[in-house]
Amino acid sequence: MDIILGYFLYGMSLLTVGGIYALLALGLNVQWGFAGLFNAGIAGFAAIGAYTYAILTTAESKFHYGGLELPLLVGDVMAMVLAGVIAGVIGLICIRLRADYLAIATIGIAEIIKLVLKNESDITNGPRGINKIPRTWEHFSEERFYSSFPLNVINSSDSWQMFFESIARWWWQPFFAGTIILIVLFTYVLLEKLRTSPWGRMMTAIRENEMAAAAAGKDVTRRRIEAFILGALIMGLAGAFLGQHLRLIEPTQTFDPSKMTFLVWVMLIAGGSGNNKGAILGAFLIWFIWSSSELVTNGMIEILASIFDSVDISILKNRAGFIRMLFIGLLLQIILQRFPKGILPEKRPAVSGKI
Amino acid sequence: MWESFGFEFINFYFIPGLVLGCIYALGAIGITLTFGILRFANFSHGEIMMTSSYLTWEFIMIFTSLGILAHPLIGAIPASICAILLALFVDRFFYKPFRNAPTIMIVIASFGMMLIIRSMVQVIWGPNQLTFVKGIAKPNAYIRDLTASFDFMLLIPNKHFSILIGTVLIMLLFNYLLSSTKIGKGMRAVSDNPDLAKVSGIDVENIIKATWIVGGFCAAAAGVFLAMDTQFIESTMGFRMLLPMFAAAILGGIGRPFGAVAGGLIIGLAEELSAYPWLGDGPVISPGYKSGVAFSIMVLMLIIKPSGLFKGKVF
Repeated sequence: MDIILGYFLYGMSLLTVGGIYALLALGLNVQWGFAGLFNAGIAGFAAIGAYTYAILTTAESKFHYGGLELPLLVGDVMAMVLAGVIAGVIGLICIRLRADYLAIATIGIAEIIKLVLKNESDITNGPRGINKIPRTWEHFSEERFYSSFPLNVINSSDSWQMFFESIARWWWQPFFAGTIILIVLFTYVLLEKLRTSPWGRMMTAIRENEMAAAAAGKDVTRRRIEAFILGALIMGLAGAFLGQHLRLIEPTQTFDPSKMTFLVWVMLIAGGSGNNKGAILGAFLIWFIWSSSELVTNGMIEILASIFDSVDISILKNRAGFIRMLFIGLLLQIILQRFPKGILPEKRPAVSGKI
Repeated sequence: MWESFGFEFINFYFIPGLVLGCIYALGAIGITLTFGILRFANFSHGEIMMTSSYLTWEFIMIFTSLGILAHPLIGAIPASICAILLALFVDRFFYKPFRNAPTIMIVIASFGMMLIIRSMVQVIWGPNQLTFVKGIAKPNAYIRDLTASFDFMLLIPNKHFSILIGTVLIMLLFNYLLSSTKIGKGMRAVSDNPDLAKVSGIDVENIIKATWIVGGFCAAAAGVFLAMDTQFIESTMGFRMLLPMFAAAILGGIGRPFGAVAGGLIIGLAEELSAYPWLGDGPVISPGYKSGVAFSIMVLMLIIKPSGLFKGKVF
């Protein structure tokens, strides 16, 4: 029974993180797939979301600014807003230039965000990071939440405490995973509506032929900034949920600019850029490969070590992560060269209405 | 004047800034060449730098095990050859297939190469820092005594001295290559107008190979100089260099190698001088934000004049 429960919880965490990456990939799809904007600073936007959420919702702590204890939903919304604002500023500066410049600027912004998070220790606790971030659903079993609105209306603190002690510790996991999946689906429906709307078709037109779109009277720069901000909003939300999932965030490892950004890129390109379904499929697929390859490499190391006595297990374990990264990198190169359209190629929306 | 202001300023801010600027300049040459000739922002350039410093470390280890006490610059010779081969290899198998594709494909490919090369180094040498040169770098006694006799004491460690001299030599060589050789002229022609260069009978593929050789060599030199300066190597050092190098290339104007050199020197000096207590006692910009300086200069340049100081290209 324990084994089944273990698999169930592993599946839940796969769904949770896969869903978070699916959100990031959907955000990137708006920027890259719809509008052709190269964002190399995904980790930066996710970090903004995570830190905004964390600072607004955590309890008082002597390590970082906080104690605002705002409702979690406010944290989620503000995470989106702040990521969007920063995207707007970058957009105003670089969007007119060619994609390469935007790539350089976004990688720079991600670095600057990391610097700020590392150096402003009064607010962010510097490299040590923020701990005890309240997680949606699980937070109900914390005292400050069950003793306040809305739970205190239903029942008294003592009986809530009894209730949460009586149920399994992992009760929140399916709810948390479910919430994220619902958000992914909601975002998907919204983006599909956008893609087939006049706005979406205009984006495709601008991406495919900027001059022609401009000649047809479309405000190219404005539309691009809109797409960039919309993508960043989604990334900020994904960041907020990543913060909730991890509960402890710090600037360098959690939001490793190259690793996280890179994984999202591989996901989108493998799934099919321009296709929202592809983005979600790619995210879950690559995340599944990524996390199961950890089991595979660990198993292979055990086998190697049992065959050759001289093999030093600790060195191999230490470096297994890099081998996985290497393979994911090669996978991207193969997809780029052989299947540039991805698993689910982009489908252009049919022309609606009468011509 | 010298005692109260100049001594500290020149020795502890200006010279380190100049050294850092030289390293950025060498790295930016490769970036601006590939940007100008192949027309894409090469994200894997910093990793070539990093790899060559690891290779140098490895060669020094090999030499030492053979009983030869090698200076890093001697280890750098075989390392730079390996770095050039690596750059050519990467171009052949990962960039060449995209020659006729939209350039953004090659940018994504180079973004992927960045991770691949770094992971490879981490697999081979491990993720931890390695000591490149042991000990504290003492100022060169001869220069110190000579300048002190003129009331103008300069404290230049030997490592800084060799970096400055080495950079000047490479620049002179590079200048000769660009202005006086057939290959250099071809590179400038392709950078200006690839179609015109092609119909004039220039073998563009050869020029691209030459670009990788020159860029790879400069990157290797920059990597070794950086390792000599900081005295340790780690797998993220290339990525840390990437942003200042891009900033230098954009500041100098894309496709303008000497602009990139000027840009590199400006960025290096600006980063070091930003820590000088210009106003009051504390540094103007906290040292933690040093790497933000390059980015701000780059963003400012992109707003005011995207073509850079020396009329580079804007794509």
